[in-house]
Amino acid sequence: MKRFFDAELESFRSHLLQMGERAIDQTRLAMKALTAADIPAADKVIAADDELDKLEVQIDDEAIRYMTLRGPVASELRLIVVGMKASHDLERVGDEATSIARRSRKLAIEPRLELYADLPRMTNIALEMLRDALDCFVHEDEQKALSVIRRDSEVDNLNRLVYRRLTSFMIEKPDTIARALELMFISKSIERIADHAVNIAEEMVFLSKGQDIRHSDVTKSGPPPEASAPPV
Amino acid sequence: MSAMADPISVPPPAASVSVSMPPAPAGATTPFAPAQPGQVAEEVAFDINRFSLWYSAHQALHEVSIKIPSRKVTAIIGPSGCGKSTFLRALNRMHELSPGVRITGDLRLYGEDLYSPAIDATLVRRRVGMVFQKSNPFPTMTIAENVLCGLRLNGIKDKQLLRDRLEQSLRMSALWDEVKDHLYRPGTSLSGGQQQRLCIARAIAVRPEVLLLDEPCSALDPIATAKVEELIHELKKDYTIVIVTHNMQQAARVSDRTAFFYMGKLIEYAATRTIFMNPSNPQTEAYVSGRFG
Repeated sequence: MKRFFDAELESFRSHLLQMGERAIDQTRLAMKALTAADIPAADKVIAADDELDKLEVQIDDEAIRYMTLRGPVASELRLIVVGMKASHDLERVGDEATSIARRSRKLAIEPRLELYADLPRMTNIALEMLRDALDCFVHEDEQKALSVIRRDSEVDNLNRLVYRRLTSFMIEKPDTIARALELMFISKSIERIADHAVNIAEEMVFLSKGQDIRHSDVTKSGPPPEASAPPV
Repeated sequence: MSAMADPISVPPPAASVSVSMPPAPAGATTPFAPAQPGQVAEEVAFDINRFSLWYSAHQALHEVSIKIPSRKVTAIIGPSGCGKSTFLRALNRMHELSPGVRITGDLRLYGEDLYSPAIDATLVRRRVGMVFQKSNPFPTMTIAENVLCGLRLNGIKDKQLLRDRLEQSLRMSALWDEVKDHLYRPGTSLSGGQQQRLCIARAIAVRPEVLLLDEPCSALDPIATAKVEELIHELKKDYTIVIVTHNMQQAARVSDRTAFFYMGKLIEYAATRTIFMNPSNPQTEAYVSGRFG
């Protein structure tokens, strides 16, 4: 049976997906700013962060309104709770994209360090994870959500690799330390974006199955890390 | 008050049984997982197996199997005509007052077959008290007489006992402070919410083991509803409570377990948290979300 307020739930879902798309677009644009030394792209990302912040507030407002007025239970309640949490993660993805854009802006006016080759690859994996996690919001595909969680170690390993390479480079050429550190922080931001994708994927399992897998064996069963260097 | 000192206390339930777990009833989920090593199995008040009920040719209940735990609140939910009130009434043989009723199956309270020919229906109704949707204090009786009428009908004349039971019952019903100075006013002089609590006091005055509540708050305002819900929460320390309600939020607030009935069948029975957070059956999900129909 259709209810007169079903459209509110659809609108909530669609705003969350819209927020996800924007977070992905901003991250891609931030990486373009880095790889192409594109300052206008960086500025665009920095300016757009407010929109994601506003969407987070709007989604929270819609969720609280729905809980107050519509009394959701069962899968609807899970959808609202998960949506609120996921919007918080997406807002943080936007913050990381802004951080990448700011650092890219600084790097764009410095002599170029050709050491960021792994960063676009890391970004692609992290954004694929994010997109897959958001797909689960539409299709409630538990297996896809679990595969997102398993892929996190790929990004972690790449982050460690970047860290090792940049450390060696800084030892060899101390005059590059400031620029290399910016790249390290960018690598860390990408790694954090993958972590947010994992959070969203875990929330999607809760949405689909009503099972909270955070901090459980399910999330710890990925392959062992490739290297033992500490994260940045 | 001990059972020995109380002339009308019902003997302790024969069994107070911890029931071993038979296979789960077909069709419905059960919240009674077998006790794990080191855990105490939950005491079962009603153990009902393949219970069916007909009103003449119309079958109102279809092979309902359910275990209702002792000293917990179990909510029965479902759309109108699903058999929930019939089920509630079957728990104290109230439906026998209707003509053409026929039952099959097994319905036990603490191991005792309530439908055994050897069991007197009046005794069953004393063990299993009932409060109805519309408060129904006896109109010609005072507040005190309403509470004590069950005891007096059972021949209790001990004035001290009656005084004690009056105060205890009204205190347990959270009504004492409001009526202690007006005990001899008519029961009908009370507000709707107070009248419903008076009916609960009347039901518990004879010390039943189980309290059946048939939509007890449907005619009450939110304040009176909150008081009755608070009372239900308190009473479950001493009583097994089964409540029929159309109010989903009330079921979620007051009950430990919830059973969803549809077309005379038990569709799903689980911990209330499960029914409202993650029900197994799509019909349950649709009903609790208001999408049913």
